[in-house]
Amino acid sequence: MRIELTRRYSFSASHRLHSMQLSQEENQRIYGKCNNPYGHGHNYVVEVTVTGPVEPSTGMIAHLGDLDRFVTSEVLEPFDHTYLNKDVPAFRERVPTTENLCVEIFDRLKAFPGARLVRIRIEETGRNSFEYAGELEGSPR
Amino acid sequence: MVYLTRKIEFSAAHLYHNPAFSDEENRRVFGKCNNPNGHGHNYVLEVTVGGEADPATGMVLNLTELKETLDREVMERMDHRFLNYEVSELAGQIPTCENVAAVIWRLLAPKISRGKLTRVRLWESPDLYVDCYGGESAS
Repeated sequence: MRIELTRRYSFSASHRLHSMQLSQEENQRIYGKCNNPYGHGHNYVVEVTVTGPVEPSTGMIAHLGDLDRFVTSEVLEPFDHTYLNKDVPAFRERVPTTENLCVEIFDRLKAFPGARLVRIRIEETGRNSFEYAGELEGSPR
Repeated sequence: MVYLTRKIEFSAAHLYHNPAFSDEENRRVFGKCNNPNGHGHNYVLEVTVGGEADPATGMVLNLTELKETLDREVMERMDHRFLNYEVSELAGQIPTCENVAAVIWRLLAPKISRGKLTRVRLWESPDLYVDCYGGESAS
């Protein structure tokens, strides 16, 4: 029986979409309002999906308290109420699109010792969502 | 392949307690869920059936039939029940979202007359759900 458990978390942060590899005009054309120089914010919803055998003595794939503590220390504390472009080192060089945010959060959570991370899904707004399930062994990112 | 999903809601009580653990261990592992009087949730169940639409009806599976199956197998068994004491399929198991979803899978899989049960998604609360895809391995 293949079973996956998904927990939903949320954090609020601001960002600005601006690529150093593009000209000012290109940045404005591609990113539109998201390129406004002072940034803007979202209430992000992060779905973390893990899998593994259901431990018979507890009926659980992963202890939710352990998962909550891990996600809080690795993602929610460093990301909540921050300006992603400046406060999260990974986004000083990389554009903090929600695609890149999925990859960054996946990389931070894949070390969770309690179960195997399957997928990260992020709702940037009620209308946009993004998913990342890691790369196959050896394939380029 | 086309996938059809039907959603139902049921309300039930449960508690987590493993008689093989000491009282202290039960409280440590299960926290508030170990309250001996139990507590409850509004569960939301999404059942997905995959298949090809029947050319004569345009349907993967008749929704009325699926609704009747869900009423009989899930609602009548679990709605407004105490899962630990009133659902025999869960006897001897901790009624976590994982185990309840697996029980629902086993109840529904043989009763789907057209197409194939593809996924059972059980929401215990708005911030927690479990997906069950059947299969043989792991528990």
